[in-house]
Amino acid sequence: MEWETVIGLEIHAQLATKSKIFSAASTAYGAEPNTQACAVDLGLPGVLPVLNQKAVRMAVKFGLAIDAEIAPYSVFARKNYFYPDLPKGYQISQFELPIVGLGHLDIEVDGEEKRIGVTRAHLEEDAGKSLHEDFHGLTGIDLNRAGTPLLEIVSEPDMRSAKEAVAYMRKLHELVRYLEICDGNMQEGSFRCDANVSVRPKGQAEFGTRAEIKNINSFKFVEKAINHEIERQIDVIEGGGQVVQETRLYDANKDETRSMRSKEEANDYRYFPDPDLLPVHIEDALKQEIQATLPELPAAKKQRFINDYQLDNEAANTLTSSRELADYFESVVKQSGCETKMCANWVTGDLLGALNKAALEITQSPIENERLAGLLTRIADNTISGKIAKQVFEEMWKGEQSADEIIESKGLKQITDSGAIEAIIDTIIANNPNQVEQYLGGKDKVFGFFVGQVMKETQGKANPGEVNKMLKAKLKR
Amino acid sequence: MHNKTIAEIARDLRNKQYSSVELTRHFLDRIQQHQELNAFVSVADEHALGQAEAADKALAAGDAPLLTGIPIGQKDIFCTRGIKTSCGSKMLDNFESPYDATVVEKFKQNGAVMPGKLNMDEFAMGSSNETSFYGAVRNPWNVDCVPGGSSGGSAAAVAARLVPAATGTDTGGSIRQPSSLCGITGLKPTYGRVSRYGMIAFASSLDQAGPMTRNAEDAAILLQAMAGFDGKDSTSVEQDVPDYRAELNNSLQGLKIGIPKEFFSSDLNADIAAVVNSAIAEYQKLGAELVEVSIPSLNQSIPVYYVIAPAECSANLSRFDGVRFGYRCENPQDLADLYTRSRGEGFGAEVKRRILMGTYALSAGYYDAYYLKAQKIRRMISEDFKKALSQADVLMGPVSPSTAFGIGEKTGDPIEMYLSDIYTIGVNLAGLPGMSVPAGFVDNKPVGLQIIGDYFAESRLLNVAHQFQQVTDWHQQIPQGFE
Amino acid sequence: MSLTADDVKKIAYLARLGIDQQDIGDYAKDLSNILDLMTSMDELDTGAVQPMAHPMDQTQRLRADEVAETNQREHFQACAPQVENGLYLVPKVID
Repeated sequence: MEWETVIGLEIHAQLATKSKIFSAASTAYGAEPNTQACAVDLGLPGVLPVLNQKAVRMAVKFGLAIDAEIAPYSVFARKNYFYPDLPKGYQISQFELPIVGLGHLDIEVDGEEKRIGVTRAHLEEDAGKSLHEDFHGLTGIDLNRAGTPLLEIVSEPDMRSAKEAVAYMRKLHELVRYLEICDGNMQEGSFRCDANVSVRPKGQAEFGTRAEIKNINSFKFVEKAINHEIERQIDVIEGGGQVVQETRLYDANKDETRSMRSKEEANDYRYFPDPDLLPVHIEDALKQEIQATLPELPAAKKQRFINDYQLDNEAANTLTSSRELADYFESVVKQSGCETKMCANWVTGDLLGALNKAALEITQSPIENERLAGLLTRIADNTISGKIAKQVFEEMWKGEQSADEIIESKGLKQITDSGAIEAIIDTIIANNPNQVEQYLGGKDKVFGFFVGQVMKETQGKANPGEVNKMLKAKLKR
Repeated sequence: MHNKTIAEIARDLRNKQYSSVELTRHFLDRIQQHQELNAFVSVADEHALGQAEAADKALAAGDAPLLTGIPIGQKDIFCTRGIKTSCGSKMLDNFESPYDATVVEKFKQNGAVMPGKLNMDEFAMGSSNETSFYGAVRNPWNVDCVPGGSSGGSAAAVAARLVPAATGTDTGGSIRQPSSLCGITGLKPTYGRVSRYGMIAFASSLDQAGPMTRNAEDAAILLQAMAGFDGKDSTSVEQDVPDYRAELNNSLQGLKIGIPKEFFSSDLNADIAAVVNSAIAEYQKLGAELVEVSIPSLNQSIPVYYVIAPAECSANLSRFDGVRFGYRCENPQDLADLYTRSRGEGFGAEVKRRILMGTYALSAGYYDAYYLKAQKIRRMISEDFKKALSQADVLMGPVSPSTAFGIGEKTGDPIEMYLSDIYTIGVNLAGLPGMSVPAGFVDNKPVGLQIIGDYFAESRLLNVAHQFQQVTDWHQQIPQGFE
Repeated sequence: MSLTADDVKKIAYLARLGIDQQDIGDYAKDLSNILDLMTSMDELDTGAVQPMAHPMDQTQRLRADEVAETNQREHFQACAPQVENGLYLVPKVID
């Protein structure tokens, strides 16, 4: 039997506000336990929530960026359940009237575009954290994270493979960072994913029973967890069994998902409108104001890079994968005045290569865009060759000198005095009669030997084009 | 000293008739002498005397706020920093709030002295003060009877002259009904007028704090201190606070009093009806006109209230879980045990009943039939009140279908207790302001007249009550033994 | 509408409310009586009526995104039943 996979993702993106969604406590990551949990976050008797304006604006910004309906009227609801990291015994979330309605996001898998529906996105508060180690068999509760604003982004069940799911997740990750509404830091849990996975015989219209895989917090694990779950479900069905609707947890160490029975006990969240909060009204004027602040979005930027900089699809994809990288590239182009393809090659090749090797982000690059532009300028004006440029690049990576300073101090400037090169060529021809003979006898490959010799003699500082031209003239057959 | 009103005490303090310390000592002594009423959960002697000393200094320096040096009792539902805040529950018997409620802060800013925390029904759930973990409060007019609830400690303490005035909260009548049963003046303001921050929530869309005093003028003075916008409460209304005493002396000539016919159905005890009717007749003498109005949905207010209030409370009380504050059971075996036993042992029967009721009304499969339906009828009730108020300036009727009943008399039947809220809860569902004003006695037990006004018409209510108190002396009666 | 003892147990578990075995019958009876009160709501046709969640039709006010709270951990934990190293302690949570 041929099987088809159906995947929907729920992504929790922590919004990059300074203070919490319903209190004035800080959202900064990594503080000592419970030092950023104020009376409201702790759910002390008598406290009340007041909504953070920035969180609302960020949600609207996201909605506009995915071309979604922004609810003119949305409502906060209480989701009731008991858990020690949930101080009030309910989470303030949105249920019936979320702030962002139906929208969409386009992904690309193996060169093909696909549109993924976004069902909704709603605002809610994050819970705290449970720590299990070192408390003589007890669990410690840290409520610093409680009340951090989250945007829960729920997709339609539009994805048909783990690859598509990862592409969607990456696209969303790219988008929230472009919009500067989420720092996207997956290690710190700023961007988390739950996946709903089911399988059905190919051609069948109804969905199969789904399992929800919780908290898969890296792109790599999403793909692995989903693929593992697909296999598991097919095995179950082909073995004559039935998939149970349940929550499963991905264990990255064992590369498997396992049932979370403790979460399965008849959940009944008893959602109802939170009487402590009033309905949120979003006027058209606010939408327009936020619309005007939207940055150029990844898809538009990529198209512009292809059109304006004559880049191929792959280079454009890479360069627009983050706003910071795209900005870096554009400022290199602008400052160096060099050919755009050369700029793209240097950024996607040498620079990204070196960054990857050092596990650094573009924002942490030891070579600032001004210095890279300075290097490229010197290639373009023939001060140095491309080969010397790599050497200069390495020096720049290690220190803070500009390309010009390195070229100067190391004497890497190209020899432009053709008389001097000519003299060197003459000496080499005179010292290598055998090779001259071979070349003149038709062995073209030997030409490279002469070039190499000249370069060696000039320590790479001769202009390769010039050397070729002169050698050809001297060794005329 | 203890028979004086706030307005009088404020004058005396400024005329140096006595100091705030003397005044505070006097009231603390009375609290001590009348412990049999069980009106207080905790008495803050040292705290109060410290405040009184500071008040005397401020008074001597001049330009002190009106309430400076005057003891005002706080219902134990308001969080008071460093002083036990129990909400009448075993759950919070050990709870010292780390912060002050906005209302408490405002009284501090106004220089008031806080002599102690007043007994109440557990988490404000009750109409008799018998659900308190600290035991029933006794009615000073008849110590075998209840003072009403849930602000029963406040009502008894004001009636017995243990404090000049107190705060209360009103979710379904909890200021007005005990005021009526104890013969004092109580005002539930418009929803959103007084901040709910730091007032332990029962039903968030209904709860509202207000003054419980000896007369309307004192109610105006207290409301002045309590009312106002608070950025910490999203449901607090951003509207200027008028001078509540400015209209007290306005004439009632031409006042249109709406008489909702449903308030005077055959269910109403004839003696109480007679007291209420004679009070209304008094108003006619003052130049008021009567208009018959109708609140057709009134009888629905009981089921609607007993769905909405428990639903909201079932979530509001989830935070009492034995983890961060409050009661924790001994030796919990596991997490489920920690929750169920801490909550099972920490809450009393009425609170449990309401949590169960609310949990049920919100649960899968019942939400539409109960909660959603109740919210729809709530709008109909609210519209009925608005319509009636478009035909009259104020509405008048009884507060409670009975006078103070015997302690223990109704505890066996929660339904009977619920039904007695019929005249008060509609006002909460609509969010309107309402008052109870002493209007007479039946069998030597006080009976209150209810006055209901339009949104933010507190000044009008106070004016209407004050004018009545200029021509009657029901509010000046003192229960025997407390003169 | 009448609730059984099992119904009460189920609701009590949802609310994490311990109820003594011998009291379950009383709660079932009381809750059933309260639910009987509710049946009168069915008499009203509420088809076109908008549910009312708040007494006043107002819009949520929004707070500026500013940090105004400082660390008060020790003060807040003074009323906590069990804390260690700044953490609230509970019996082991098993996922």
